[in-house]
Amino acid sequence: MADTFKLTHENLDGLFAALRTDGRRVLAPVDADGRTELNEVESPHQVAKDYLQTILSAKEVVFPKVERLLSYTTAPGSVELHDAEPKALPTVLFGVRPCEAKAFGALDAVFNWDYRDKFFNARMEEMAVIGVSCTRADDACFCTSVGGGPADTQGSDILLTPIEGGFLAEVLTDKGKAIQALVPQFFTPGNGVDKAAIAAKVAKAFDQPALTVKLPRMFESDLWEDQALRCIGCGACAYVCPTCVCFDIQEEADPKQGKRLRCWDSCGFSMFTLHASGHNPRETQSARWRQRIYHKFSTYPERYQMLGCVGCGKCTRACPVDMNLREHLVEAAEVQA
Amino acid sequence: MEALKQKAKELLQNGDVKTVLGYAVGTGDSRRPHFARKPDQVDRLVLDAKCTQNLATYLTKHEVKHLGKVAVVALPATQRALLQLVAERQLRDDAICLLAVDEGEVKILSSGADVEQHLALKTDAMAAADKTQIEKLMGMTREQRWAFWQQELSRCVKCYACRNSCPMCYCEHCTMDCNRPQWVPVASHALGNLEYHMVRAMHLAGRCVECGECGRACPVGIPVHLLTFFAEESTAKQFGQRAGHTAKLDYALSTFKPDDKETFIR
Repeated sequence: MADTFKLTHENLDGLFAALRTDGRRVLAPVDADGRTELNEVESPHQVAKDYLQTILSAKEVVFPKVERLLSYTTAPGSVELHDAEPKALPTVLFGVRPCEAKAFGALDAVFNWDYRDKFFNARMEEMAVIGVSCTRADDACFCTSVGGGPADTQGSDILLTPIEGGFLAEVLTDKGKAIQALVPQFFTPGNGVDKAAIAAKVAKAFDQPALTVKLPRMFESDLWEDQALRCIGCGACAYVCPTCVCFDIQEEADPKQGKRLRCWDSCGFSMFTLHASGHNPRETQSARWRQRIYHKFSTYPERYQMLGCVGCGKCTRACPVDMNLREHLVEAAEVQA
Repeated sequence: MEALKQKAKELLQNGDVKTVLGYAVGTGDSRRPHFARKPDQVDRLVLDAKCTQNLATYLTKHEVKHLGKVAVVALPATQRALLQLVAERQLRDDAICLLAVDEGEVKILSSGADVEQHLALKTDAMAAADKTQIEKLMGMTREQRWAFWQQELSRCVKCYACRNSCPMCYCEHCTMDCNRPQWVPVASHALGNLEYHMVRAMHLAGRCVECGECGRACPVGIPVHLLTFFAEESTAKQFGQRAGHTAKLDYALSTFKPDDKETFIR
């Protein structure tokens, strides 16, 4: 059970100042011409008011869209190799929603599966998450259908829930305690606040465990083709997704030097599974759409005993043709298989 | 609306088309593309000011061609895109069935010539906001414009929503995906983003039907449509022709004419 405190708005100001004095940057949702973006802030006053979520997820803090893995120079008869080192800045992620905080677990499952990725791990070690519970949701949200919730603590080091005059603060981990220890006087004794009454109401939309069980029997269903007809095959869903972890290794080189880059990739692209032979096992957009669903709801549970989706709804909001993931999962859950 | 549904049902029932592509209500009262393949799916069709997507984008996709003949609920921008696809020989007359709705009346346009004639009756200008924005950009110094685009494109993640939503980006194998050789960097770093957007604008100069779909599709709100609008306006000014206005068009940037004002080619 987490230690529960109260943190007033005034004291949050003080906490931000203390974090910065401690040498940490604070990243938080800010309003940029009507878009909610994750940016560095100095004080809580710069944090966006009444935001739902950022457009892009916070994954880029630990898994940037382009990462240099190594570089090299060549001369006749020799190659000089330089390993890249991660630039891991001490960082506090403030104001991410519980769904996104939980998503770091899904990234961790891949980056520490059979190989410990030093770039991801270095940044994770330097990062702490101060999540903020949701008090409203929209039609794209479905966190409660995938094991989360609008005031869920998974993935947060400290979770704040808005109450009158400030926040209810749950200090959840050692990293959370270390933050509290910077300004212990600001964390005043909390009272018995009913979190559930404050948090957004997100109704459960479908039976996920049942869906995961029957997906292997639905591979040939017509449903995927029906759903995917309007998909235009861009990567917007994957790139805003907090758990999508696929990457492409690119070599940028000339005869004398080069560098190896890790770049975001998306299963929505027709090139994603194209083999050198010309064969493409995911040749149509519907096969690629099915891949996306299966990866998150069948492969992930099988391989990592967790889901590859946190129900944040970012994909739905970003989609140019409104591929609503929640709606599509509800449809899939209704199929008799 | 009822007239449109009625017409769509007739077309499906008579077997004139296999699918009617229009709009339906989407998430949070938005509008989304909707494929009605059975008469009962027709009931979900809606058509109002919230419908914006350029549905011509779907007509060149394998998955959609595979469905058989498609009737498309066509906004003026969709009509222009279709006309340009005809001009570029991507669609034949026998594949065309547009449902153009004017003041409640549904008109079926079934050839490039039909669409051309129908469009000639329309005056349709660039949205005021886009016009203002372009004028503002042109009022800037080169350095200011460069700074503006660097700032905007820094948000690009190369999801290619702009490319994939564009009705004129129908290439089977996009230059961006070409990796033998890799002409343009795959990475979404400053150079990769800039090169991509420059190539995209150049490839659409004289071909952009100014529907603005790319700008609406961008998840991070980059006004990428201003790039192709500007390229289109420049081409129109230099060569006196516009995309999406005629079914027969000699593409300005690849057609040799003896009376060309440039001398280097003679």
